[in-house]
Amino acid sequence: MLINALSIKALSINALAIKTMLIKSFLVALLLSLPLSAQAALAIQHWQTPQGARVFFVESHELPMLDIAVDFPAGSARDPVGKAGLAHLTHGLLDQGAGGLSDTAIAHRLADVGAVLSGRLDRDRAGVTLRTLSSAAEKDKALDILARVLQRPGFPQAVIKREKQRLISSIREAEADPGTVASKAFYRALYGTHPYAHDEAGDPAAIARLTRGDLQAFYRTHYSVPNVVISLMGDVTRAEAEAIAVRLTAGLSRAAALPALPQPAPATASDTRIAHPSTQSHVLVGMVGMARNDPDYFPLFVGNYVLGGGGFDSQLMREVRDKRGYAYSAYSYFLPMSEAGPFQLGLQTKLEQTDDALKVAQATLRQFIAEGPSEAELTQAKSNLTGGFPLRIDSNRKILDYLSVIGFYKLPLDYLDSWVDQVNAVDVAAVKQAFARRVDPDKLVTVVVGTGNAR
Amino acid sequence: MRSLWAIGLALLLGSAQAALTDVTLDNGMRVIVHEDRRAPVMVSQVWYRAGSMDEFNGTTGVAHVLEHMMFKGTKNVPPGEFSKRIAAAGGRENAFTSRDYTAYFQQMQKDRLALSMQLEADRMANLVISDELFAKEIQVVMEERRLRTDDQPQSVLVERLMATAYQAHPYRRPIIGWMDDLQNMTAQDARDWYARWYAPNNATLVVAGDVKADEVIALAKQYFSALPAGALPERRPQAEPAQVGVKRIVVKASAQLPYLLMAWHAPTLKDWAQDTTPYALQILAGVLSGNDSARLQTSLVKMQQIAVNASAGYDAVSRGPGMFMIDATPAPGKSVDTLEKAIRNELERVQREGISEAELARVKAQVIAADVYQRDSLFYQAMQLGEYVTAGLPPAALAGRVGKLRAVTAAEVQAAAQQWLQDDRLSVAELDPQPLDAQPARANVPGVRHAN
Repeated sequence: MLINALSIKALSINALAIKTMLIKSFLVALLLSLPLSAQAALAIQHWQTPQGARVFFVESHELPMLDIAVDFPAGSARDPVGKAGLAHLTHGLLDQGAGGLSDTAIAHRLADVGAVLSGRLDRDRAGVTLRTLSSAAEKDKALDILARVLQRPGFPQAVIKREKQRLISSIREAEADPGTVASKAFYRALYGTHPYAHDEAGDPAAIARLTRGDLQAFYRTHYSVPNVVISLMGDVTRAEAEAIAVRLTAGLSRAAALPALPQPAPATASDTRIAHPSTQSHVLVGMVGMARNDPDYFPLFVGNYVLGGGGFDSQLMREVRDKRGYAYSAYSYFLPMSEAGPFQLGLQTKLEQTDDALKVAQATLRQFIAEGPSEAELTQAKSNLTGGFPLRIDSNRKILDYLSVIGFYKLPLDYLDSWVDQVNAVDVAAVKQAFARRVDPDKLVTVVVGTGNAR
Repeated sequence: MRSLWAIGLALLLGSAQAALTDVTLDNGMRVIVHEDRRAPVMVSQVWYRAGSMDEFNGTTGVAHVLEHMMFKGTKNVPPGEFSKRIAAAGGRENAFTSRDYTAYFQQMQKDRLALSMQLEADRMANLVISDELFAKEIQVVMEERRLRTDDQPQSVLVERLMATAYQAHPYRRPIIGWMDDLQNMTAQDARDWYARWYAPNNATLVVAGDVKADEVIALAKQYFSALPAGALPERRPQAEPAQVGVKRIVVKASAQLPYLLMAWHAPTLKDWAQDTTPYALQILAGVLSGNDSARLQTSLVKMQQIAVNASAGYDAVSRGPGMFMIDATPAPGKSVDTLEKAIRNELERVQREGISEAELARVKAQVIAADVYQRDSLFYQAMQLGEYVTAGLPPAALAGRVGKLRAVTAAEVQAAAQQWLQDDRLSVAELDPQPLDAQPARANVPGVRHAN
């Protein structure tokens, strides 16, 4: 986290003051949309290992490198009751001692061959990614480490103690950030007792109580062959990719595929105000939105471009920022998850104009739901989404992310081939109907962090 | 003229680096094209050699404010149209301002470069800054400052540290500007800035992607050649006087954890072929930090458990002076003093004993691999070209970077640590966390109690 603030090139990048922070909507756009036009279709290969692990692969020899993602349904929504943070801690411990190697030995061996091992964790997924040179010696050493990390994490007692402390510190450090406070409160208000309610990072008190046995049990039941999805992108042949998939999964447990998460109930309208010593209020408004397999996916996705997903091209940005100067960033998105993820609208504004900005955002949403986008707005949205499609698959990294989403969420392999057509098929009526079904402006969950007086 | 060095060097290094074209138009505008055909897309960036370091006291932040105003319409393109046209063509666009430059970019399908150039050429010469739109946008910028700096305790610490480490050099001023300057800024300030710096002879166009260099040059001539060169003001060096002793500050801010930042004045790359110290300092940063196997992480976080995070950073490429930095968050129960002592011990160990050949080889392996990995990002490659050129370095310096880093010896790293990581060059900033539930001081929003 802090490494980014000071790492060699990132120093200057972070020191930049960028015109807009579209980062949120940007990331969400990536998650939401997996476009692929017919003319540039990726040849996605898919198979199962003899053991039954699901594999997704795109072969590309343009750069001498290989990217691998290994994902499990082991995100924070799988935390047992009272153990919020178990998924996070288990995931974080994977490479901190494994297969007879210490944490430092693992780090050295990876660095020696220039390989980069990373992790990612959200409510649904726990993933490990590896980027390595594809030259034989480097690749073999990097894969050896990845296999140990996936199959034989040691969960050493002393390291657990240390990492618990670091995890709790990072959670506490983030409490100074009003955006983080708002996001946590928003999910709590939206999901109540559903496992999506608590934050991915977990709860400090619960983390402090976790034991080595908790981690081992969680690892065994979640990091198993029936649960794993392997994605490979880059400079290997199909035969090699098959061998790598076998090698990476050989020692995983056979614990059964996990059951689906419960379906979230619709949230009731609420208004949460949290005091915070910040100069701005962070405002979040939303509802329980849609799941990955929702039939309204495309109308909601394309429609949201007009409402708040299209950056400077969106109504929220125009009303909140351009016309009134209320906020630097104003956006909305649907985050599709295994079960219904949130629909969220957000902005940040100085304290004394909080209610004014909130009213503008609410009115914009209300009007959008009542009237939908205009024909011209929808045409603009479709032009951007379909015309910008090649940018979404212009790097190995991006393609790898798409492979793992396809694999994890069990999207059909030909889903991408029809994506542009699906976007083009959306019309104003479909957007209006889909939003009317999903977003009720009288049942919104509202969270405001930063006002001096909590309610 | 197509330059041949890139090809020659690529062969030497055994890599398949694409050729680079680097020309200057008659009006002084530089055009650099990096051909890369992996995907049918391109990125186009216009870099102006005008950043916050070119500002004056009283109008800090104006470089960045102007960047915002560049999207607010011209004589030919109404407000909001720029973004709308790029979006309609499937493009992504944005801009960024740094201490050294302001840059604007579009990412699009490869056949849409003409649109991007047409719009950029137009706003290079024809910008209209209305009082009305300025009044709205300056509010947006103040919100941006609150979001990125005022409400982020570690950002406040960085800002105050820079203002301490530099006393004369303009790097002491924040890119976003001081809030008081933003509150008093006028549309005329932005117009003056635009008139002073926005001219083809102060700009570099970098295009990377699935394009043909000769076609890009032809388009650049078509759209930019008609713009006249401007009379650029003389740039004074404003060199920072030598520091004469360690500097220390404490910043109180609402936060849960303390945080420590240490910064030493350091050289930057000037003569890329002859300089050695900047490369040695880059390797040093890699030995100390940069990945999970580096010294600060291994020693302070894993073994001694004095820190929960610790990292080092150094940027060799900039117009102004350089800085070698270390930041760290103490582990629970450990004081900032203890943490600083532990960091100093690590640095003294390098100064006294040097680094091992294994460590050196490890950092070099990462440099070589990272050079391959970065080719996965068109945007990053274009960005690096823009940064080098804006800092006054030739593209050859970028192509030669890996070779130079590979040539660094352990003795050079030790010597660089001895020479540059000295107390007389050091500024230290400590974040003193204040309770989050205390009633905050609202000095920067006078007269405001709270919102209901």
